[in-house]
Order: sequence, then C-alpha cells, then structure tokens
Amino acid sequence: MSDSRTPPTALAEEVSSATRTRSPLWERSQTFLPTAAALVLLITMLVYAELAYGRVFHAGTISSLLVSFAPTIILAVGMTVVILSGGIDLSVGAVVAVSSVTGVIAMGSGLDGWLAIVLMIAVGAAFGVVSGVMVQYFGVQPFIATLAMMFLARGLASILSTTPVVAPEDSPILLLATDWKLVDGPKVNDFTITPGLLIAVLVVIGAVFFLHRTRTGRSVYAIGGSEPSAQLMGLPVARTRVTLYVISGALAGLAGVIYTAEVGGKAQNITGIGWELDAIAAVVIGGSLLTGGVGYVLGSVVGVFVLAALRLIITKDGSINPEYLTIITGAVLLMFVLLQKVLTSRKRS
Amino acid sequence: MSLVKTALRTPWFWAIVGIGVLLAINTLKDPSYLQIGINPTTGLVAGNLLDIVRVSAPIIMIALGMTFVIATEGIDLSVGSMMAVGGAVAMQTLATIDDPTSVGAMLAAIGLAILLAVVLGAINGLLVAVVGLQPFITTLVMMLAARGIARVITGGQNTNATNEPFQQLANGQLLGLPTSFVIAIVVVVLVALLMRRTALGLTIESIGINPKASRLAGIRPRPILIAVYVLAAALASIGGLFSVSEVMTVSVSGTGNLMELDAILAVVIGGTSLAGGKFSILGSTIGALLIATLNKTVLFLGVAAAATPAFKAIVIIALVLLQSERVRSYVLPRARKNATPSGPARATAEVDGAGERSVA
Repeated sequence: MSDSRTPPTALAEEVSSATRTRSPLWERSQTFLPTAAALVLLITMLVYAELAYGRVFHAGTISSLLVSFAPTIILAVGMTVVILSGGIDLSVGAVVAVSSVTGVIAMGSGLDGWLAIVLMIAVGAAFGVVSGVMVQYFGVQPFIATLAMMFLARGLASILSTTPVVAPEDSPILLLATDWKLVDGPKVNDFTITPGLLIAVLVVIGAVFFLHRTRTGRSVYAIGGSEPSAQLMGLPVARTRVTLYVISGALAGLAGVIYTAEVGGKAQNITGIGWELDAIAAVVIGGSLLTGGVGYVLGSVVGVFVLAALRLIITKDGSINPEYLTIITGAVLLMFVLLQKVLTSRKRS
Repeated sequence: MSLVKTALRTPWFWAIVGIGVLLAINTLKDPSYLQIGINPTTGLVAGNLLDIVRVSAPIIMIALGMTFVIATEGIDLSVGSMMAVGGAVAMQTLATIDDPTSVGAMLAAIGLAILLAVVLGAINGLLVAVVGLQPFITTLVMMLAARGIARVITGGQNTNATNEPFQQLANGQLLGLPTSFVIAIVVVVLVALLMRRTALGLTIESIGINPKASRLAGIRPRPILIAVYVLAAALASIGGLFSVSEVMTVSVSGTGNLMELDAILAVVIGGTSLAGGKFSILGSTIGALLIATLNKTVLFLGVAAAATPAFKAIVIIALVLLQSERVRSYVLPRARKNATPSGPARATAEVDGAGERSVA
C-alpha cells in the first residue's frame, strides 16, 4: 500500500513524469476510463437482461434492487475513501455484524431506540479508531490491522450472541424500512424507496462533497498519490488517515443499522460475511486504483450496480448455477484489475 | 545468561510460552487434561494433546506455504479456498471412482487434488510475477474463484465418500501420533531442507528484501515467485485433504473458511516479517501449533467456537504492536540505537534474524 520509504529519486521521477504529461484533460480522461468501462458494462448487462428476461427496466425491480443494495452502497463509499488513501478496510463486514448485534441487544434491554442507533454507528466508529491508530501510529499494514479488527468484531459479535436477536416491535429502527411509494404504478410496478435508501443516497452525496470540496477530502487524494509529498506539503497526514478509518467504521455501523432495519430488526453474528469483498470489488470495478490516489465515489456506486446487475441476471436466468456466482464475480473483478494495470502501465511509459 | 537472552529474542519463544500458558489454563480447569491413554475400543493413543496436534496438521501446511509467500513480500489470501478445492476434488474423486475403497483410489484423489491446486497456484503466480498485479488483489480474486470452483466440482453439494486408507490420514496413527501430523512434519522437514540446503530460501528472501537489487544480482524473480505461489497452493490442498479426511465430507462453504487468517497469524507469530525478506519455517510451525492449541482451548473452556476469532485478534494485535517501531523503541533500547527514520523495520529485523538463519 502506501510506501513511506520512497527514495528521493523516485519522487523526482514522479514529479518529472507529471510535468511531461500531455494535457490535464488527457490525464483526467485516463482516470475516468475504467469508470466509463464499468458504466458501459452496466448498461450492456441491464439491456441484455431486459432483452433476455424482461421486466428489468421496471420500477418495481429497480427499486427493490436499490433498496436491497443500500447497505452495500454505504460500505462501498467507506471503502472508496480508505482505498483512495492507499489503505484497505477488511473489517467492514464483521463490523456490520457486531454493531447490529450490539444495537439490537441494547434495544431489547430498554435503551432508547434512537440512542441505540447512535450506539450502533459509534461501535463502528470505535473499530475505525483502533484500525486508524494501528495503521498510522504503529505502522501496521492497513491490511493486517483491519484483518485483526475483522476477527475481533466477528468474535465479539459471537460472544454477544450466537443466535439471532430481534429488536422489540416498536423500535424506531424499523421505521427506516418503511416503504415510501414515490410512483404508484400498475400492479406491483411501484417505485418504492425506504428511508434507508435515502440515507445511502445522502451518504454518497456527502462523500462526493467531502472528497472534492473539503480540505480533509483533498488530503485523502494527496496521501494516496504520494504520502511523502503530502507530508512535505504540510498536510495533516496523521489526522486525516485516522479520520478515514473512523469514517469507514462509522459507515459500516450505519450499513448495519440499515440492513437490520431492512430485515425487520433481526441481527445475527454471521451477518455480513464477505461483504468487505463486495465493497472492494465495487470500488475496483468503479475505477479506483488499489494503490490509492485515483478514483471516484460515484464510480464505486456504479461498481455496486454492476454487482447488483450481475446478481439480477443470475437470479433471473435460472440456468446459471448459483455456484458460478463467485467465479463470475471473481472474473469480473480480475478483468477490471487487468484493465487498470494496462491503463496505468501505459501512463507510465 | 546469553542463552536466555537469545531465547527471549527468538519470536517463536513467545509462541511456546503461549502454548504453555494455554495448556496450563486447561490443566487448571481439568487436572487430567494432559493425560494420554489408550482408547480401549480403537486401540489408539488418545488424549487432548493428540487432538491438538491432529487439528494443527492442516494449519501447519497452509502456514508453511504462506511463510514463503510472505517472505517475498506477498500474501496469499486464497489458501483457505484452496483447501476447499483440495477437499472437494478428493471427495468427488472418491465418490465417483470405480473402486473407491482401494489405495489406488486414494492416490488418485490426492494426486488430482494437488494437481488442480498447482494449476490454480500457477495462475496466482503468473498474475503476480508476469502481469505484475498486487498479490493481495490477485489472491483475493482467487479466493472468490477457488471457492466457486470447489462448489462447481461437487455441484454445490457437501460430497462425502468412504475410503478406509484416506480416512486413516487424519484418524490413523503412526508411532502413536496422528498420521496427518506425521506427514505434515515430514513435509516441513523436506521443505526446510529444500529451502536451506539449496539457495532457494536465500533467493526468496532476497526478492522480499529488494526485488530490483536481487535481479541485478542475477536472480530471476519470476520463476521463483511462481514457484512460491504454486507451493503455497499445493500445501494448502494437502491441508484440505487432512481437513476433509477427518470427517470424510467436504463442506464447500465451510472447509478452509477463514483459514487464510490462521495461516497469516501463524506466520506472524513465528517471526516471519510481514515486510518480507526473512522467514522462519520452525517459527511458522510452532505458530500453527499455538493456533491449534488456542482453537481447542476456547472450545474446552466452553466459549462458543464462533467467538474464537476475537481471541486470535487479540493475539495478532499484540504481536503486530510488539513488532512496530514505536513500541520497540520504548521496550528495547538497542533497537532505538539501530533505528534510522528511513528504514527502521529492516534494521531491527536484521538484529533479530541474525540468530535464526541457521535454524531453518
């Protein structure tokens, strides 16, 4: 990930190659290209699905898909922010589990429902603090630090309860899954959203604003591009990096809230296994470089939609064995990683 | 006195202390925990210690493979899925072969399982060494894909089979020790001889320290990197065989699930630096034993098995913090003297590694 020991010559090379580039527009289009490829893939998949199975461009289908992928969108946003800085957060899936189990148990034991929701987000943020401090102040590789957090979160969730726990019927968290019919179509063809989906959309908008319009957000790109340069520019590297992991953790907590609401207030210690992989896949498909510094939140959202479309096609087409799902996801991921490799190596030469 | 100092500086010394502490805790709970007796019905040696070494066999295999991958500054996240592939191939072969109870069937099952793993490992190696992808993302993709391949092989079923010789791998005994553990130790010794009696181990370490410099020194990194990933996959597949032979059923989603984390943990406990460039085979083996002991202890103390990761997390957090420069400069005054801002990890790593080269 980010190499803090880049020798001065490498830095000089980086600077000279930056001045040699053709034009800013060309530079920019290079970073857009993978995202554009993902967009093309997404549209192709949706059109194919519509032609082959029908009822894809159908308000009911689209809205239910969006609602069910709302937690993934939130996780992908958090993952984007961390990956842009050159890090990775493997703990998000497990954090979803521990925060939802904690929150639901708290609700069951009589804590105010809204406070319990705040507690769920705070639990996520707390895991983020620990990861961030380990990465920044103890020089632990992000991958190892968050792997440890993944273990810890999963284990703590299991210590709290190994059986599903259910929130009381009157818990306010269930309000987050209320159906809001925006367009009342014929039969089941309604465009329905939930407050959870709305929150996910707000998170995406907030993240775009954060990354492009705030100092901390721009520092994220700087750290991912070259940490020594960011340090030399006087950017608050330490504070920014810890903040990133806190954001990722808190968003994982929020994803836990929305998922718990969606499944009717049920929380389980095995929730979210493999979700970190979905989030990473979405970010990579959306065009962010795993080495950091390049990528867009909206690209990651496109990445989530690609995964959603993939799952839609596989469920609509009964003939594809569900066993192939992980292979196909892996293949798509590999395709995009290779595309990135081709693009970045061409840029360097 | 200096002997004590050397011991304290050896990373796996603390792993042995850890094993001792865990066993002591278990003995406190049940004074007969360490007892070893003969099971009257099977005539085999039985006891908790034998259980621990039996479950350690697959962990030793994946930790051994992971050791070399990490020494090249890489990582292999696919070993857990590779175990599932190995188990799935073996079970499916035994379930469909003509003469499923023979030794020949067992050998066919083992051979096919290792062969497929070698192919998948070679794909990992090619993507890392030739295409130049990050090991982390390459093996993450393989982790997804291999788990899917295991599912496809068994058609999504948890295939079971009966084959007496194959079952003996985990359930039989050689010289009073579980057969799988004996095989694991033999493999460890063979690999250690290969690494330390030839230049292979040294070249792996040199690639981990500085790939460019080692290429200038005349080492071709590509074949070595590919070999390292192939070895990791093949060993993981053997681990998968041990794991399924215990129950003669492969669970396509359960076999090897999260085991890549056990492997990484064992390697780190054993003192192989995550920054690459040095490895300790003995250390990883002892690390694997510690994890097996930890797994069994958590179960024995009546904590839910699903909670085991929390304990592993605490161990790994403590270890990586102890490895970190910030803590070291507080605890070990000598490390502070050697440390330079440009390469602190390397400076202390060499101090620690010096006594270890001969250990293999």
